[in-house]
Amino acid sequence: MSLTILNVLAAVVAAIAFAALNAAYLVWAERRGAGRIQRRPGPNVNGPFGLLQPPCDGIKLMTKQLMIPGGADKALFMVAPVLTMIPAIASFVTIPFSNTIVAHSMNVGLLMVIGFASLSGLSILFAGWGSRNKYSVMASVRAVSQSISYEIPLFITAITVVLITGTLNLHEMSIAQAGGFWNWNITPSLASPLMPVSFLIFFICVLAETNRAPFDLGEAESELVAGFHTEYGSMGFGLFFMAEYAHIVIGTSLITILFLGGWGCPFGLYPGVWWFLLKIYFLIFSFILIRWTFPRTTIYGLLNLSWKVLIPITLFNLLLTAGLLKVF
Amino acid sequence: MGAYFNDIFSGLWSLCVGLSITFREFFKPVVTVPYPFKTITMCKRYRGHIELIENEAGEPNCVSCGMCQRACPSGCISLASKSVAYEVEVKGEMKTKKKKVLTKYDLNFTTCSLCGQCIASCNFNAITFSKEYNLVSTRKEDFHFDLLNRLKERNS
Repeated sequence: MSLTILNVLAAVVAAIAFAALNAAYLVWAERRGAGRIQRRPGPNVNGPFGLLQPPCDGIKLMTKQLMIPGGADKALFMVAPVLTMIPAIASFVTIPFSNTIVAHSMNVGLLMVIGFASLSGLSILFAGWGSRNKYSVMASVRAVSQSISYEIPLFITAITVVLITGTLNLHEMSIAQAGGFWNWNITPSLASPLMPVSFLIFFICVLAETNRAPFDLGEAESELVAGFHTEYGSMGFGLFFMAEYAHIVIGTSLITILFLGGWGCPFGLYPGVWWFLLKIYFLIFSFILIRWTFPRTTIYGLLNLSWKVLIPITLFNLLLTAGLLKVF
Repeated sequence: MGAYFNDIFSGLWSLCVGLSITFREFFKPVVTVPYPFKTITMCKRYRGHIELIENEAGEPNCVSCGMCQRACPSGCISLASKSVAYEVEVKGEMKTKKKKVLTKYDLNFTTCSLCGQCIASCNFNAITFSKEYNLVSTRKEDFHFDLLNRLKERNS
């Protein structure tokens, strides 16, 4: 085998391992975090600090029988969990963890990640439609309308950042922000005074795109049983569960690269992969905190927030940035 | 237009307040008891199923009067006794007297409502509420308690 094929294989294995490990242990982190917030310990029986809980859960899920409900669209039903996991893993290809750790630095990296992000909505639609369950269908309808509404401000904010950095390459985008906190895109500059607002909107949109609480209307246990994955058991459910956390890692990586300077240190010291991981895990912690703080929004509140607040502000911000970039 | 931005800012502020509360709770110590590994002692007035009280000799205080059996609205209690002759010294001479000794005290806990009428009706301080709460089974028969047997096991 030539060196390039080995490189590709190593990258694929590393991406899958990173995604799977994160998915497994973020479930643990979420349960522990939820426990601490509610003043209880969370899973702490299996292994030290309950660290053996994820493998136990995995074994349990894998040994269960895979059930396909009668009258379900078998092909769609089976393909949906796979389809939700593929984009999550594929997006890792172009994410730069540090100046040297990047599988493939693409010139259209941001476009690719965003394109794959849209695919997750499709997999939810497949899952809901394929299960032949009214709750699942309702959940998928909600999830798709949510996906459509929140992709618009997400993309417009990304365009604003692209206008400033002048590249779609995530690697170059991080390099453009090197040299400390004041070079990061989150800080307001002369050309883009509303950057903190952009960051907040992007954060909210990522929260909505990953179907996290308070925007988890696709799941909505209180009224739709378990939403789009009501009919899934065994590893089908396991894949949906893992994909949720893989999407969170992708989303937080994107926030980090677009706004928080990628692998750069806020004080310009020792830039490297550790800073990148520190930033994404800080963001993931904030995701967990948000999930266990806020109640779920209604579908009207959700769509109103997007169409009446986020989209006008992002459009204004885009025009302002474009105008000011011409002036300065 | 002012109300529009006011809504956004007041909403954002309330979200921040909520986040700060959960963030502070995150670092506080846990308040739960890890149940199977650690248990708390039940409070004084906790009502478990009833239990026989013993005297200094380890015998039940019960004189088999059957008041508890009659007081029970659900008919959970069934007891049996036998007459036993014993010698007692009255005014310098030995006399033979009879007394009742408890031979069986069954409690059908499946229908008990823990009302406590049996305990209220007992004049001999013979029964009380136990502090037992670890009761789980898949069979009804496990909740037919032989209280006399439980007393013997407690003493042995």
